[in-house]
Amino acid sequence: MPKLIKGVGCPYCGSSCDDIEVLVSDDETKILEVHNACIIGNNLFHHANDPTRPKLPRMRQPDGSMKEIPYAEAVDWMAKTMLNAKKPLIYGFGSTNCEGMSAVARIAEKAGAVLDNCATICHGPSFLAIFDNGYPSCTLGEAKNRADVVVFWGCNPMHAHPRHTSRYSIFPRGYFTQKGQMQRTVLCVDPRETDTAKLADHHLMLDQGHDYELFDAFRTVLKGFEIPETVAGIPREKIKEAVEIMKKAKFCMIFFGMGCTHSDGRNHNVDAAISYTRDLNEHTKCSIMAMRGHYNIAGPGQVWSWQFGFPYCIDLSKGSHAHMNPGETSSVDLAMRDEVDCFVNVGTDAGAHFPIQAVQHLKKHPFITVDPNFCMASEIADLHIPVRIAGVDEPGVVYRMDNVPIQFRAVIKGLPGVPSDEELFDMVYERMCELTNTQPIWLAAKEDRKYPQNPAVS
Amino acid sequence: MASRELIIKGGFVVDPARKIDGDVGDVAIKDGKIVEKVSSSAKVIDAKGKVVMAGGVDVHSHVAGPKVNAGRLMRPEDKFRAGIVRGNMAQKNGYRMESGFSIPTVFKTGYEYARMGYSFVMEAAMPPLLAPHVHEEIHDTPIIDEAALPVFGNNWFVMDYLKKGEVENTAAYIAWLLRATKGFGIKIVNPGGTAAWGWGLNCIALDDPVPYFETTPRQIITGLMKANEYLGLPHSIHIHQNDLGNPGNYQLTIDSLKLAEQVKPKNKFGREQVMHSTHIQFHSYKGTGWADFESGAKEVMDYVNRNKAITVDLGCVTFDETTTMTADGPFEHHLRGLNHLKWANVDVELETAAGVVPYIYDPNVKVCDIQWAIGLELALFAQDMSRTFVTTDHPNAGPFTRYPRVIKWLMSKKAREATLDSFRHKDKVIDATHIHGIDRELTLFEIAQMTRSGPAKCLGLGAYYGGLAPGMLGDVMVLDLNYKDMPKDPEKIEAAFQRAACFVKSGEIVVRDGEVVSNGHKKTVWVNAKVPENAQVKRDIAQSFTKDYTVDLINYVVRDYLAPHPMVIDVEVEA
Repeated sequence: MPKLIKGVGCPYCGSSCDDIEVLVSDDETKILEVHNACIIGNNLFHHANDPTRPKLPRMRQPDGSMKEIPYAEAVDWMAKTMLNAKKPLIYGFGSTNCEGMSAVARIAEKAGAVLDNCATICHGPSFLAIFDNGYPSCTLGEAKNRADVVVFWGCNPMHAHPRHTSRYSIFPRGYFTQKGQMQRTVLCVDPRETDTAKLADHHLMLDQGHDYELFDAFRTVLKGFEIPETVAGIPREKIKEAVEIMKKAKFCMIFFGMGCTHSDGRNHNVDAAISYTRDLNEHTKCSIMAMRGHYNIAGPGQVWSWQFGFPYCIDLSKGSHAHMNPGETSSVDLAMRDEVDCFVNVGTDAGAHFPIQAVQHLKKHPFITVDPNFCMASEIADLHIPVRIAGVDEPGVVYRMDNVPIQFRAVIKGLPGVPSDEELFDMVYERMCELTNTQPIWLAAKEDRKYPQNPAVS
Repeated sequence: MASRELIIKGGFVVDPARKIDGDVGDVAIKDGKIVEKVSSSAKVIDAKGKVVMAGGVDVHSHVAGPKVNAGRLMRPEDKFRAGIVRGNMAQKNGYRMESGFSIPTVFKTGYEYARMGYSFVMEAAMPPLLAPHVHEEIHDTPIIDEAALPVFGNNWFVMDYLKKGEVENTAAYIAWLLRATKGFGIKIVNPGGTAAWGWGLNCIALDDPVPYFETTPRQIITGLMKANEYLGLPHSIHIHQNDLGNPGNYQLTIDSLKLAEQVKPKNKFGREQVMHSTHIQFHSYKGTGWADFESGAKEVMDYVNRNKAITVDLGCVTFDETTTMTADGPFEHHLRGLNHLKWANVDVELETAAGVVPYIYDPNVKVCDIQWAIGLELALFAQDMSRTFVTTDHPNAGPFTRYPRVIKWLMSKKAREATLDSFRHKDKVIDATHIHGIDRELTLFEIAQMTRSGPAKCLGLGAYYGGLAPGMLGDVMVLDLNYKDMPKDPEKIEAAFQRAACFVKSGEIVVRDGEVVSNGHKKTVWVNAKVPENAQVKRDIAQSFTKDYTVDLINYVVRDYLAPHPMVIDVEVEA
């Protein structure tokens, strides 16, 4: 009898929907049907059935081909490579669980590595703004239950976070928002007429790259000063109208995305957005939230903050203390300057996302990819180690875009012999300890289970 | 564990739990617990000429969870103030890397508490929805045992039941939530006010209506107090009152303390209070504004001294650049308006909120100096030290690593006067406070009451922590202080409390000569209150998760593996 598993978390976008229903085969090895998920989430679950999924590590041979090798050999090679490197870079983690991030941190400390995550190429500028200006935010349920004005700035959830609007931001009927969309005024600030913009009550189609000016104009109007006739291509009256809507809101919610962090101004755009949120709180209640991309990209920011005090760009090569200086210790900058001599790509695809010059530099040195699937980073790697898929055949904690921890479960049994990220990194760490004649360092969670078995399938 | 038997020989034992004050004696430990005696093969720790106390118990400290981590993330500059960083390669020496000052990382938190001889720390506010995060941080914190208090004072279920006077349903919900979050007891933060903050409002008087919920702070406090005693939990309600940090709030503080007169303690854990009022320094202010701001410590403590059903902790200001963080969302917004520094806010659906703002307690600012004096005065006016505990409301009034400094001030008039002398506005501070006229110097016995036996009893953990009686946990601190010949220089007192000569945790030596030598074996303590199934509460929970929450009920309950070494306190509730 196939089993229907409810309340399953989805390993796709930062919405981390946990209302998915998955029908699995009786022996818990195949996914038969996926309900409630968006089309991308649906496909991600079905990918797990793919019979061509790698089951063994693959090592690059002198002739350039890839050859399957046992896990023990891959672990040994990775441990030795990490120890031999002067300054390895470990990057990724948007799509794996926090247990893996915690485990890799021990390796990074031991190897004197730089730890970085995908934020470095997406919401890194948001972190910079948060360092300067704080982050008045809330959980998504607050938006659902209270928000009567919702602003989407430089983001397009209808495509990037397909269920965001139906679960949290526009359509749901919350406790104080019983009429759902009817009760909400939606503003969209975007140079393009996106599908989110089409959905909005007001679309402020600003000139591309002029976000900072528009935020500034909003603040100026809110503080009661006059602004020029047009700012960033938007007429004065339209700006005043938008400010009035937000000011009169009972609860105003601002979501911002890559349009703010990766157009001219970057962290300054986000800084202005946060200041605007602070200003609005003088009049009403207002919260702001970054539209984080992957289902657990908020995770490394949390895990590494409690372990090292920094969310990203963490240079541990000094050995005695952690050091963060984006621009100096950020992945792409390190790669462009050819400052790292080993690269580990985990749960993301640097091959597809990094500038080609950065990848060319990284390719001069040992290049390891840890990922359940084939991707560009796995195909150019010297060593590709497959792992289980967090949220499909491996459980674990993930942090949603609002930093709410969600305990994902596994719905099917993992491929025989394929470890989780956590197990793999623990094995590498223990091997590094063996090679250096040192004792592995304690972690409470690991006292009883050195290499935990998959406890997932209930 | 290297050796299963240990004996700490010949020290001056200070153990208020057994009324022992400086008698020379031995403390024997076997299999992680204190015993009458051990065999001759036991490992010997020579404590001759030194003071021996139980491991410290911290009743209130923000050390793990979302707002602590928001502070770490938001303040990279805090890492520059890390202070003493152990040199050399951390991993080569067998430790994890340490960073941070006012909001240290989990590794530094565990190590620093151990260096100060603390064995148990209570995380003071856990938002239930974010409980998995709190437990993830707790299990990554080495050495110290920890528990966490879920916040209830602005929870929609609680307010809804209490509005209708349904104490039994409230209790059933509390029991469920403690189990679901692996929590320890009932924390209340700005009752009603934080819920009002959902709309950008606040409640600053006991009878201010909570918007929409048609209840009041008075109803919430009294109702939760009754529910707590109905359940007979180990700890009482643990409350951060309304109107924190504002001049003139001492009257509201006394009024809310008086609510404790209505309820009698009922529990099997030896706890005598029905209300723990936390960081009371922030609630003992007189004056009508910052210009005529003055100490209300005497008035507040006069009442606390009269009412045995109340315990307090101090929340002493330590003159550091620190990071304030509290579930009192509206207060942090108010503070942001005072100092114009960066501000983080985390409103949590249906449950609570939190804010984070950096703060500099500058000795050149009169108000900070008065706050400093109030914290110490409260302790010096206290008559029963087993109801008055040392805290800094870490990191709000100062980091926990300053407890030794607070102890120094409490034990030495000379140290207090030296600090007073350093103030730019010394005369104004003396006018607005009592501290200059107080000669009292606390004894080691009283300090042990305030940091060991007292808080352990207040938490209902007196059978395990805070004492050296056989059967209790083998957590023992040896201090480099001679009981018979206390140093004239108060700095030596601070130094002795900062770095234990030796600290044994769970029967294992974890600190020697002030430095960590083992990563220890920590536990997560939580309370399992067993109440008969309550169909209505069960239905209400299910309905709320279908309609209002954005996570599924099945993913809300903290899974066992996140608290890998549990110490569960069972409470059988008689219906």
